[in-house]
Amino acid sequence: MSTQETKNGSLFTPFNIIAGIILAAGLVVTIMRFTMGLGSVTNLSDNNPWGIWIGFDLLCGVALAAGGYTTSAACYIFGFKRFHGAVRPAILTAFLGYALVVFALHFDVGRPWRLVYPIFYQQGTTSILFEVGLCVFIYLTVLFLEYLPAFMEWKGGFDKYRGILVKLTMGLTIFGVILSTLHQSSLGALYLIAPSKLHPLWYTPYLPVMFFMSSMFAGLSMVICEGTLSHKYFHHKMDDEYNAGYLDLQFAFAKASAWIMAGYLAMKVLGLGMDNRWHYLFTGFGAWWLFEVVGFVVLPCYCYAVGFRDRNVGLVRIAAPWTVIGIMLNRFDVSLIAFNWQLPSADRYFPSVGEIIISLFVVTVGVLAFRFIVTRMPIFFVHPAYKDSSH
Amino acid sequence: MKRRHFLGLLGAAGVTLSTGVSAKAASSADVKGLPNSFGVLFDASRCIGCRKCEAACNVVNELPQPAKPFDDLTVLDTVRRTDAKSYTIVNKYTPEAGKPPVFRKIQCNHCMEPACASACFVSAFKKSETGAVVYDASVCVGCRYCMVACPFGIPTYEYNKVLTPRVMKCTMCQPRILEGKLPGCVEACPKEALVFGKRRELLNIAWDRIGANAGRYVEHVYGEREMGGTNWLTIAPKPSFAAIGMDENLGTTSAPELTSGALAAVPAVAGIWPVLLTGLYAISKRKEKIAEAEKQEAVEQAIAKTSAEAAEKLAAELAKAEAASKRHTEAEVKKALEAAAKAPEGGEDA
Repeated sequence: MSTQETKNGSLFTPFNIIAGIILAAGLVVTIMRFTMGLGSVTNLSDNNPWGIWIGFDLLCGVALAAGGYTTSAACYIFGFKRFHGAVRPAILTAFLGYALVVFALHFDVGRPWRLVYPIFYQQGTTSILFEVGLCVFIYLTVLFLEYLPAFMEWKGGFDKYRGILVKLTMGLTIFGVILSTLHQSSLGALYLIAPSKLHPLWYTPYLPVMFFMSSMFAGLSMVICEGTLSHKYFHHKMDDEYNAGYLDLQFAFAKASAWIMAGYLAMKVLGLGMDNRWHYLFTGFGAWWLFEVVGFVVLPCYCYAVGFRDRNVGLVRIAAPWTVIGIMLNRFDVSLIAFNWQLPSADRYFPSVGEIIISLFVVTVGVLAFRFIVTRMPIFFVHPAYKDSSH
Repeated sequence: MKRRHFLGLLGAAGVTLSTGVSAKAASSADVKGLPNSFGVLFDASRCIGCRKCEAACNVVNELPQPAKPFDDLTVLDTVRRTDAKSYTIVNKYTPEAGKPPVFRKIQCNHCMEPACASACFVSAFKKSETGAVVYDASVCVGCRYCMVACPFGIPTYEYNKVLTPRVMKCTMCQPRILEGKLPGCVEACPKEALVFGKRRELLNIAWDRIGANAGRYVEHVYGEREMGGTNWLTIAPKPSFAAIGMDENLGTTSAPELTSGALAAVPAVAGIWPVLLTGLYAISKRKEKIAEAEKQEAVEQAIAKTSAEAAEKLAAELAKAEAASKRHTEAEVKKALEAAAKAPEGGEDA
């Protein structure tokens, strides 16, 4: 990517061309969305008010941005100081992730200019969505503050403010964990209100706990994925501190993921047992549930465990994207596939081209922003002027 | 105190703190369902599927004209749902082959504890004193969580409006009720399949009808307890409510109760996490300190040990050297003395 860019001196790398096409298509759909309404570009209906802009952009976006709180908690609270080099990339990924979630919501809601109403104008405190909105709003601010020192070091001249922010690190980290616990779980709790619409294999009172637990290994796996990819494309930006902790971190996160996934699996099984829903396993949806749970929880969990035991980093790097896909599958199941399961197939939802384009558009904006920042700001390396600083 | 209860209280405390309103107002515990609120009783056995209610609803709510006119009964051949242009719909079902069809009218059931109101994050939905669940478009963000939450699939959305899309649903003709008039559909019904009145009284009428026509009705008033109870009630001829497209498995738990546990966890998490996390931090910090101190001690001990050994060795070497040098001196002295003793003798000899 950027290396090729500088070598060839050309902007027209394959990556840039594809990104450019997606951005152009995204702009066209954006214009349609805001001049002709939601109906003109989406397959949303009265039966299916939430599509992939919620199922993917919001649910997956938030879960996969969980690397921010998991990594900073590991480093600052649990004392894994040797992972310090991984904190900034994880915080940046999380910050961009949440920023894009909020960005994407502007497409989905009917009157996006009112998105601040529930916070500043009239609060619906009985709503789980209110909790989600409030936490996401505050957490985005926290992530912004956590990211800000990198920006200040890059620009220079903000040493006083940077110093204040660095001193706040511990407080922000704890605050971030609280907020993440709340809204990660609340995204699952959103569906507690609709027991008649969500298939019994997925509907359980444990939904909030499951969403929270899975966000932990989603975040850890994303950090492994992001690290592996970044090593491929941004290696020249990385300093010794980052590189020294890199392998250790991948193994430690693999181990942690394996444990949490095992706990999550237990939760999934207990959820069935609690309401005696075993008989659903022998239906079509049961097969799909097993596909999700065995194929995307048990197997990647096993890979992580073996990868850790044998110090086989290749296996760990297979398990990580596998887990990420599994998380996406789970969120799709809860929000789209197992939701409205009783409706006749003609009334079921499938995303429109416009919806898919916007989702790709949002992801592309994220990748481009990530590239822009890491090739300029001290993310993978410690800024030479701040070598002695602990942050 | 049970755990549930405790969590509930925690949640109540949190909401009270943040809003200054009693949390119970939002939960189910103290709501006795506005005993004097109004409702409508729909008797599916009386409905003839004439769609006059649909037409009246369209007029009084100033909704756009549909593609096919209301007297076109072929519309009934497909099962429909409410949409942004129709607050109410009549569907035709044939529960038993060979017998006459049964019609069912769909509209907002005006839950006693509405899922939409509980789900709305700007409180755009309110349960009014009249019993109607009313919507305020002036605050609506358009998130459509109400549509996800509604167990009856009633709220609809104006997906094709660009700047002012609204959630659309039956208001029980709240403005007309406040003027002392009947809801549009009730007024228009030629067969008295719809009865407007106080919910309390409607329940009596419903059970009286079921009792008076032994064997004709399903022995259940739909909405008496479904999802915590609704102000719109339905009675239906046998065989079942399911046969006319009504969900018989909704249960009696109201929507706010389904999420109150999760909401109650908020203050618990906000209270416990900081304590736990600072504790963990303190533990990891202390471990680090102890490890550091132990390391320091070990180093000091090692240094002390080495220097003690070195001192001992040095002392031994010194002693050895001293002894050696003493021996050497003594030998030298002896030699000198001997030489001195010899010298005069030799001189004399010479």
